[in-house]
Amino acid sequence: MRSYLASRLLGMIPTLAIISVIVFTVIQLPEGDIVSSMLDRLQAQGVDVTQEYVENLRSQYNLDKPMVLQYFYWAGNFLTGDMGYSILFNRPVNELVWERLGYTLSITISALLFTWIVALPIGIYSAVRQYTIGDYLMTTLALVGLATPPFLLALIFMHIGFTWFGISTGGLFSPEFEDAPWSIAKFGDMLVHIWLPMVIVGASGAAFTMRILRANLLDELNKPYVVTARAKGVSPAKLVIKYPVRIAINPFISNIGLMLPALISGEALVGMVMGLPTIGPLLLQSLLNQDMFLAGSLLMWLAALVVIGILISDLMLAWVDPRIRFE
Amino acid sequence: MSEAAPIDRGAGAVPGAPTFVEPGTPVVREEELTISPRQLMWIRFRRHRLAYASGIFLIVLYVLVIFAEFVSPYGTTTRNQAAINAPPMAVHFFDAEGNFHLRPFVYAYHMEVNPDTWMREYDEDTSRIIPIRFFARGERYKMWNLFYTDVHLFTTDEGGYIHLFGTDPLGRDMFSRVLYGGRISLSIGFVGVVMTIVFGITLGGLAGYLGGITDRGVNKVIEVLQCLPTLPLWMALSAALPVHWSPLLVYFGVTIILSLFGWTALARQVRGRFLALREEDFVMAARLMGADTPRVIRKHMLPSFMSHIIATATLAVPAMILGETALSFLGIGLRPPVVSWGVLLFQAQNPLVIEMTPWQMLPGLFVVLAVMAFNLLGDGLRDAADPYSTGGMK
Repeated sequence: MRSYLASRLLGMIPTLAIISVIVFTVIQLPEGDIVSSMLDRLQAQGVDVTQEYVENLRSQYNLDKPMVLQYFYWAGNFLTGDMGYSILFNRPVNELVWERLGYTLSITISALLFTWIVALPIGIYSAVRQYTIGDYLMTTLALVGLATPPFLLALIFMHIGFTWFGISTGGLFSPEFEDAPWSIAKFGDMLVHIWLPMVIVGASGAAFTMRILRANLLDELNKPYVVTARAKGVSPAKLVIKYPVRIAINPFISNIGLMLPALISGEALVGMVMGLPTIGPLLLQSLLNQDMFLAGSLLMWLAALVVIGILISDLMLAWVDPRIRFE
Repeated sequence: MSEAAPIDRGAGAVPGAPTFVEPGTPVVREEELTISPRQLMWIRFRRHRLAYASGIFLIVLYVLVIFAEFVSPYGTTTRNQAAINAPPMAVHFFDAEGNFHLRPFVYAYHMEVNPDTWMREYDEDTSRIIPIRFFARGERYKMWNLFYTDVHLFTTDEGGYIHLFGTDPLGRDMFSRVLYGGRISLSIGFVGVVMTIVFGITLGGLAGYLGGITDRGVNKVIEVLQCLPTLPLWMALSAALPVHWSPLLVYFGVTIILSLFGWTALARQVRGRFLALREEDFVMAARLMGADTPRVIRKHMLPSFMSHIIATATLAVPAMILGETALSFLGIGLRPPVVSWGVLLFQAQNPLVIEMTPWQMLPGLFVVLAVMAFNLLGDGLRDAADPYSTGGMK
């Protein structure tokens, strides 16, 4: 197990390195660089800048050096915990990221848990009662859930919340807690608000997992050992839960790797529609304003979250399934 | 995905070959006994009723959007000042007095400004009947940018108007805009998937056929790309598209961006098939008989996994459609004056819009329907292409 852990951890390094190259390339793509967008901003305010000042800025941000070197400066600073400076917010990127990463993480994780909690009973029900009205209803719901873009779902839920319950459903906090320091009351307020983004982000994942669980369980239920157990008079509930479900449940863990990118993407999108204090809306703003240090760090963090999540899911899978551990 | 064995091509089924029939055996016509794998696949697919229906639905949808100019009564920018934010119209056969009209008709809008909310409120003006004319002359348009004509599938007489899906805040016909938007959204899915197939087959094929360091390299790239959250990267790339690009260039830019991360699943499949098939006896036999590599790939390997590629490609279309919709919805994909389903939904960002003019969400309904149909069709094709599946024939 220890050697497996070590090899997995080592395998993460090249992955993260390749991702950082991709991210760096992507943020270099737009025309102009951080200094030129800074100058645009200054000129819009009517400030005159000297050529000397521009040169100074360029060398301060290492823009006068070759591209490869720029990458190493950027990556090196990132590793030492300095993510640069956001010209859009006039604050260090570190602060901005730490403020929001927690919310992104809590929504993503709670959406993942929601996915499991919903998919498990429905998947089992649908498989055991195959071709009944309940099964048709659930599989249809899952199909629709898979096909509905999260932002559409967010709009619909916000509409329902607004007209039926009279609550404004945007954001993660009520107005009175928005800027308040953390307290139990504020945490409670967040719990009241977080369930909606959680359900919306988790919906398509739940549909996906439910369909896989149903298919796997159906394969399993037709196997001879189940027939034998049934013939021997094992009670129906025990018959299903004890063995077939335990085998069919494997994809719950192994699919984390598939689902995390989708969940993070969905969270970014829903965050933008619902105005959540997460990374998604910040990313959109930074991209629209060409604040490339900020955009690069946010992209890097989102990708890193997925890589770490996949690592955790691999370890969990190895823990659950000895075949992987001893390979 | 189960590893499929090579499909039995039915060696004894040479058409027209003389067969010895023992006297007295019941006569069974040869075509009843032997059907080609393609026919078998078709039969399996036909039994998948939902997938079959989805396929037909998609064909109808594509035909409608291909002929959008002809099917829609108006262009994308035509404004009807008499109908701002007007609700969808109902098509009637019976008028207010209960008389039957053979020619279907709609009622004109009767508009009143609500004194409390200052909103325009519409209902049917039952005294003004607007008959629907089929294949009649209406607004002039340029078909496929080739020739001018003014014949529409349905339209109204001069002075009348028809808005089956209502109108938007500028008084533009939603039905026409949904059709034109579908042309962009659905074709992005299609063009994107073609690019995905090219990327996927080339890279997956190279990895599977060459093996060694190429294989490891491609695999690593796939592994990395699959753990990237796609939407944030799509956003970053679309934001990098130059502002001065023409709508056509932006369209292709967005399509390329979407397929840049979509080819991995397909490449994995192709690679797996190549690895498995390389060892098969029939490939070995072909090689021993002197077939060169391109011929082995083209004639012997490709046909046995082409169906899987088609199924996987079909399942990749929804992600493209959803991606375009999401990007345009955020305002960083396609932009007006281009009309796509995402661009149309961009107007409906505010929950208040759903409250006041819910018909503006209709493009969203079409996104859901199209994506669902592609998912079902892809599932059906995959099952039909799997030689081990029973396809409902237990």
